Amino acid sequence: MAEVQLHNVSKSFKSTRAVIDMNLTVPDGAFVVLLGPTGAGKTTTLRLIAGLEKPDSGSVQIAGRDVAGETPAQRDVAMVFQQYSLYPHLTVRDNLAFPLRSPILKTPEDEITRKVNEVAEVLHIPHKLDNKATALSGGEMQRVSIGRALVRDPAIYLMDEPLSSLDAKLRADLRVELKRIHAELAATLLYVTHDQIEAMTMATHVGVLDEGNLVQFGTPREIYENPASTYVAARLGQPRINLLPAGTFDEDMPPNAHQIGLRPEHIAHGTGKAAHVVRVEHLGDQTRLHLKLGEHDVITLTEAHTALQPGETIQIAPRNPLFFDAAGVRIA
Amino acid sequence: MSAYSITEPSGRSKWFAGTLVILYALITMIPLAWIMLTGFKSPADAISYPPKVLFEPTLEGYVNLFTTRTRQTQEFLEANPPQNWADEIVRDYDMVIVGPSKFGERFLNSVIIGFGSTFLSIFLGTLAAYAFSRFKIPLADDLLFFILSTRMMPPIAVAIPIFLMYRNLGLSDTHLGMILLYTAVNISLAVWLLKGFIDEIPREYEEAALIDGYTRFQAFYKVVLPQAATGIASTAIFCLIFAWNEYAFAVLLTSATAQTAPPFIPTIIGVGGLDWPAVAAGATIFLLPVMIFTILLRKHLLRGITFGAVRK
Ligand SMILES: Nc1ncnc2c1ncn2[C@@H]1O[C@H](COP(=O)(O)OP(=O)(O)OP(=O)(O)O)[C@@H](O)[C@H]1O
Ligand SMILES: [Mg+2]
Repeated sequence: MAEVQLHNVSKSFKSTRAVIDMNLTVPDGAFVVLLGPTGAGKTTTLRLIAGLEKPDSGSVQIAGRDVAGETPAQRDVAMVFQQYSLYPHLTVRDNLAFPLRSPILKTPEDEITRKVNEVAEVLHIPHKLDNKATALSGGEMQRVSIGRALVRDPAIYLMDEPLSSLDAKLRADLRVELKRIHAELAATLLYVTHDQIEAMTMATHVGVLDEGNLVQFGTPREIYENPASTYVAARLGQPRINLLPAGTFDEDMPPNAHQIGLRPEHIAHGTGKAAHVVRVEHLGDQTRLHLKLGEHDVITLTEAHTALQPGETIQIAPRNPLFFDAAGVRIA
Repeated sequence: MSAYSITEPSGRSKWFAGTLVILYALITMIPLAWIMLTGFKSPADAISYPPKVLFEPTLEGYVNLFTTRTRQTQEFLEANPPQNWADEIVRDYDMVIVGPSKFGERFLNSVIIGFGSTFLSIFLGTLAAYAFSRFKIPLADDLLFFILSTRMMPPIAVAIPIFLMYRNLGLSDTHLGMILLYTAVNISLAVWLLKGFIDEIPREYEEAALIDGYTRFQAFYKVVLPQAATGIASTAIFCLIFAWNEYAFAVLLTSATAQTAPPFIPTIIGVGGLDWPAVAAGATIFLLPVMIFTILLRKHLLRGITFGAVRK
């Protein structure tokens, strides 16, 4: 396990700037989650570290050494691809054993058997070991490709949306499992996801990407509570943060404030402005209220057994608001 | 009732399609069957009119194909009783076997040159196709077009320059010369077909192998090749069929040492009258290697022809 650093790394594909001047440090033993919408450069970042892409400029360091001249094999990284990652002509067992049989690792057969069985157990696929890789469901394939990384003990695990095609239960199980592996093996992970729960529960650090730029890097709490911009604020939080014109509540605000950001749980009920209840969503443990404040939509949370009905009116006021300027940059 | 499926054809259309295929197969197999039967006829039966479907089989054609014979006087024949069953057959014509014919040798030449050039075409073609498919090659499209353009005229159009060149290089009538020539003709087909197959294999497989600790060549060997097996097999069949059947260059460039079977078989006709059973026997044996090769690779060939037709 090792620290991985990117210094001023840029990568373009023809006219597309996929990664722009990125500086990123994945500390030894950290679980770093990259967040960003599609096309933000998440996969490209992983590929640059793995050595599948050559940076146009800047340098990548793994465990303190510059890896510019090294092949992917020499870099000692394991990667779970976003798609297409199983060798279709091999069985599940041989897929899992493939990295262990490489000329670099040359693992003895009995140890291969032991590791493969162990990983298959973790991923709930021991009964599929002798299947052809193509005879699996999408979710099973994805688990095998995670397994192909987990059989190894690399400097860093790179995982590109590894849980995206699994059902909710399996996803929750594997989240716990990955977290356990991270803790027990003191593994270093760089992990791409769109899933907020994955980011919040597993990450020690979150990096938010916007069109190739790393716009904020910090602990999940920091990113959630102290977003640097409206863009970052909108990446985490379910339901999303409410962004309204500054001054909507006649609140105190910095002079150049343009927007006020309110997380659904940061809205006090019973005082302030009147809003119409449009819809009431009972989610079991909580209830979401869809409100109309003037011409703006606002979503807020209330207790599970609320008696509110659509058409009624409630008073709302901001609590711990965030303020952003015209460019979307956080100012308070 | 079986479950309804949109893609599964109905029983009636399956039956209809099956009948059509069988009919077509029968029609195309008639000449083949005729050749094979003729190989076991006597010369008289072979040219009788109306044609005989039922006849007394004889190995005369095969004996004539594999031996050279001379006519002998009655005294000689009486003084030297037949040595074996083959000798006995030719005695009917007052002949004795004096030695093997050139057929075995020519057949072996065909095998060496046909399979040799197929192997070389596939070997070079796969490497070139992989490079075209995966690496940034300057002027790749122009190079590919140039490779294809070598097939835009009939190869025999360049027969005279090749003839002169081969004479000067000492490649005339050599196995190596014929292998190189057939490889040169086949390689454009091989590169184009194989590039198509390799393009279909997602790069992620190799990239995964690179990360899993393998070199690029090992990734090619362990991941790309097994998945390209289908394409390689069908390309090999096409290359072999061309090299195996090629006639014009073989006539022009080979005579004593490297002559292949196609120019040899017609020469049988001239030896001792129109010996159709021997020609048919030669044709039958000549068919076998390609047939066996194709049957062995049949599974791949079927998949190969439809490969790439459907985007997954
Ligand atoms: N090989 C390539 N050739 C050309 N453009 C590419 C290539 N790879 C990526 N890009 C472009 O670079 C940008 C970043 O792509 P990347 O795959 O890193 O996005 P991503 O954040 O992983 O998105 P997603 O969430 O959809 O996987 C995109 O605009 C993409 O179109
Ligand atoms: Mg991606």
